[in-house]
Amino acid sequence: MQGFAYEAPSSLDALRARLAAAQGAGELTQVLAGGTDLLVQMKQGQRAPGLILDIKRVGETQALTVDGDWLTIGASVPAAKAKAFPLVAEAFPGLAHAIDLIGSSQIQGRASLGGNLCNASPAGDTIPALIANGFEAQILTADGLRTLPVEAFVTGVGKNALASGEVLLALKAPVPGPRSGDAYQRFTPRTEMDIAVVGVGARLTLDDAGVIASACIALGAVAPQAFLAEAAGAALVGTRGEPQALEAAAAAAMAVAKPISDKRGSADFRRRICGVLVKRVVAQALERCTTGGTK
Amino acid sequence: MSEAMDFKVIGTRPIRPDGVDKVTGRASFGADFSLPGMLEGAVLRSPHAHARIKSIKTDAALAASGVKAVVTGADFPQVAAGAIEGGEGGGDFADLAGNVIARGKVRYHGHAVAAVAAQSRAQALAALALIEVEYETLPAVLSLDAALAESAPLIDEGLMTSGLAEPATAPSNLASVIEMGNGDLDAGFADAALIVERRYQTPTVHQGYIEPHACVGRWGQDDQAMLWCCTQGAFDVRSMTAKVLGQPVGSLKVIPSEIGGGFGGKTTVYLEPLALLLSKKSGRPVRMVMTREEVFRATGPASAATIDLRMGFSQDGKITAAEATMAYEAGAFPGSPVGPGTMCVFAPYRIANFRIKGMDVLVNKPKAAAYRAPGAPQALFATESAMDEAADKLGIDPIELRLRNAVEEGDSAIYGPKFGPIGLRACLEAAAAHPHYTKAKDAGVGRGVAVGFWFNVGLQSSAEVHINEDGTVTVIEGNPDIGGSRASMALMAAETLGVPYESVRVVVADTETAGFTNVTGGSRVTFATGMAVVEASKDIIAQCCSRAASLWSTDEDMVEWRDGAVHPRPGVNVEAKPLSLKDLAGKAGRTGGPLLGKASLNARGAGPGFSVNLCDALVDQETGQVQVKAFTAIQDAGKAIHPSYVEGQLQGGAVQGIGWALNEEYVYSPEGVMENAGFLDYRIPVASDLPMIDTQIIEVPNPGHPYGVRGVGETPIVAPLAAVANAVSASAGVRMTELPLSPPRVLEALDQA
Ligand SMILES: Cc1cc2nc3c(=O)[nH]c(=O)nc-3n(C[C@H](O)[C@H](O)[C@H](O)COP(=O)(O)OP(=O)(O)OC[C@H]3O[C@@H](n4cnc5c(N)ncnc54)[C@H](O)[C@@H]3O)c2cc1C
Repeated sequence: MQGFAYEAPSSLDALRARLAAAQGAGELTQVLAGGTDLLVQMKQGQRAPGLILDIKRVGETQALTVDGDWLTIGASVPAAKAKAFPLVAEAFPGLAHAIDLIGSSQIQGRASLGGNLCNASPAGDTIPALIANGFEAQILTADGLRTLPVEAFVTGVGKNALASGEVLLALKAPVPGPRSGDAYQRFTPRTEMDIAVVGVGARLTLDDAGVIASACIALGAVAPQAFLAEAAGAALVGTRGEPQALEAAAAAAMAVAKPISDKRGSADFRRRICGVLVKRVVAQALERCTTGGTK
Repeated sequence: MSEAMDFKVIGTRPIRPDGVDKVTGRASFGADFSLPGMLEGAVLRSPHAHARIKSIKTDAALAASGVKAVVTGADFPQVAAGAIEGGEGGGDFADLAGNVIARGKVRYHGHAVAAVAAQSRAQALAALALIEVEYETLPAVLSLDAALAESAPLIDEGLMTSGLAEPATAPSNLASVIEMGNGDLDAGFADAALIVERRYQTPTVHQGYIEPHACVGRWGQDDQAMLWCCTQGAFDVRSMTAKVLGQPVGSLKVIPSEIGGGFGGKTTVYLEPLALLLSKKSGRPVRMVMTREEVFRATGPASAATIDLRMGFSQDGKITAAEATMAYEAGAFPGSPVGPGTMCVFAPYRIANFRIKGMDVLVNKPKAAAYRAPGAPQALFATESAMDEAADKLGIDPIELRLRNAVEEGDSAIYGPKFGPIGLRACLEAAAAHPHYTKAKDAGVGRGVAVGFWFNVGLQSSAEVHINEDGTVTVIEGNPDIGGSRASMALMAAETLGVPYESVRVVVADTETAGFTNVTGGSRVTFATGMAVVEASKDIIAQCCSRAASLWSTDEDMVEWRDGAVHPRPGVNVEAKPLSLKDLAGKAGRTGGPLLGKASLNARGAGPGFSVNLCDALVDQETGQVQVKAFTAIQDAGKAIHPSYVEGQLQGGAVQGIGWALNEEYVYSPEGVMENAGFLDYRIPVASDLPMIDTQIIEVPNPGHPYGVRGVGETPIVAPLAAVANAVSASAGVRMTELPLSPPRVLEALDQA
């Protein structure tokens, strides 16, 4: 590993100023949240930043709040804290499970959702769960803030929509209403310490009559970035999640999945598992619509 | 040994002496050692699986900042061919030297081409990038079929197949052929009511030890050299390194560190000769530590194998004939464990008519290294899968089928010798009665049974027992402790001497302190080195008796050793209090000097180890994923000196075998580059993948050891492959014949079912 400078600004203004200075000086800067991706990548020689900017002392990145109808998870909040936050555990059990899949207890003491998203791995576990739940990314810019849906945040393998000098500040989502449930499942050959061959996240909401009123299904690890499989969701709306509806959703998801063949599985295998997971995840989310939910 | 021994400390479960230091992180492993002025070494490895080296330019690297020495193959002496004795992996010294550093040709991706020593690792790595190597790439040979094909590219242009009836006339990738047989095969198959005939395949796998290879080498001004390293055998490192460097054995001292796993993979040398030559050139000590990626690309692995098996059975389940054609990948140099594979493949059974053919085949992969019971897991995966299929088709309980064919004391093993007392039948009977086997299976679950076998070996060992002046005991031996052997040595010394376990300290010494001792391998340490410790302890007892007799002015045959002290024999008229070890050690100055017991031996009478494994597995019919729901390992230990560490061997072997069966495999690109050289994508099982591994120790004492010990370290990995595959086959409803049983492969089989 090469030498580098480390700084940890303690306010939004200081962070913004430091980012601007670094940009002006052409310093190769890397933001640090938990470091569970970054340090590994540096040790492997994949990244060699000159400046590491630790954002954990910036209060806004550590926020974990419910404000009216919105849940806010600061970009550097550790996974262990995020998954245990009562609203996350109760109203977002699928997201909580996705967070819980990251590494081990030790890793979760550091790893953040912001890091998982910014790292932009096609297999990042929280990303499909964030997309399915309609999360938005709140971004600190040179002179203010901007928001982007999480779905638009990741732009390719390892690439995100942040411009130079920008930082992800927080993730925000509407608190789900009644008769709503989410789920996330991934497929890995091992039970732990593995990387998703396919990941599927879903958020369903039922109407008063128990018919699916809205369905968001997001797929991970079957394309360069996780994405919303709109046709899969559409196949469920207006149904009660009967077996044929699940089959239709699975078929729609398989049709839009664009997996590659690599050491972790062939494209055919991935597509097939994608279909299986869509059915299982939708069934789980559906069950949560009647047993879980908030308000 | 007497039938019913009354043990005082043997069979108890004290904490191992190295345990606390290991769990608190204080123990020193291979990479922990450092010396003043030490340089860091790094290896330039081949980017091609197969290529001719046209030129190597090292000037720029040598001139780079911090660099003190560079070596290439040209710096090493030519090493003459000659068999490596006493190791587990076998092989030839010339091939060993060729594997340590390439000369003329690179034979696998990751093959060492040059090495650099610099003041920092970063400088060493930067210098590697400045070495210019010109290659002429050659087609890579990556499978047994490709290697044995008519016009296959030759990995070694001079390799003539050995072991053929007619000498080979042209070079090939087939290094050797082994054939054995007995009886009348055709008649045996003609008698069969059922013939099971299939091809079984197992992938290239790694031992997966957690500690990467590491060493520090220091070449002295007087040409005396020292090596600190993690190894399973300091004496083997000494002989191999001396040979590769063309130095006399006595000029090299090897000091073993604690070892973070080896499983057979640390019975050879990779870095050690490089570190010493870099040290010689630079005049400074040099440390070399592999990365995990280097461990995968350049060490191990266990051979991939293809086994064509044919077994005939009578209606009542007796094996009438058996035939096996076994091809094992040697890697880039000859020396796969196909030899032991052929000896193991039918070893558990009485078979009058059989024929076995083994083939050692070169491919462009790292040279295969020993891995627990080398060659046996692949072999018995085939046989035990076929036995399972036969039981199913004949409608005979799988344990019963094995009982009808099991070898017993007095039977001739198909590989030659007559079996002494062995525990196969006892293990099978224990399995049949085990709650795991008698309880009903959950819905969808398949249950698999398989037998494991390993010869276990003896070989040479030395031990010294020193009685300190306060009566405490120091045992000096030369086997690096990879499985708790220091605790077992202490228990055997304590038992023999009649002292508490806590008063014995066992030291794993360097090659100039311990007497010559073969490698920690072959499941030999508790057996052979244990025997040396017992004999050295008995030497102490004899000296104590003689000294007490002279103190009491009586004859030696008037005294006896009992309960840790010398007593006058009953009826002998001597006015004397018994003399304990402590009493005699305190009087050593007046009775002939320090009490030092010694033994050196070539241990005969190693007892073969048999096991039976039970596995319950559930296949997810939609994804092909396998869940191991229950696993029981039953094994004959002869005598479990320390039952917890025997159980640990059974559990560890089961876990490694489950990994081999389920997800472990080298994934190669068409160019011969391993694509999963790390623990993320080379999937050894994690704790949550496994049920609690239940164990049952059977004790059929081995008469070849004073306390009945037979080796236990290797047999545990043999049965799991077939036990898992049989369980998966039952749950999936389709016979699985190719490992690993990864989800895509199982799903594909389900499609065809
Ligand atoms: C042993 C182990 C197991 C793992 N298992 C999993 C797993 O099962 N599933 C999974 O998805 N991941 C896994 N990971 C990967 C990793 O832990 C997660 O991606 C984690 O969420 C990253 O968060 P972090 O805070 O540590 O990110 P960091 O390493 O701090 O940052 C990751 C990247 O994002 C950038 N970044 C971070 N925060 C911001 C920000 N606010 N604004 C702009 N850029 C930012 C960094 O510069 C860096 O490039 C594992 C990692 C390890 C080491």
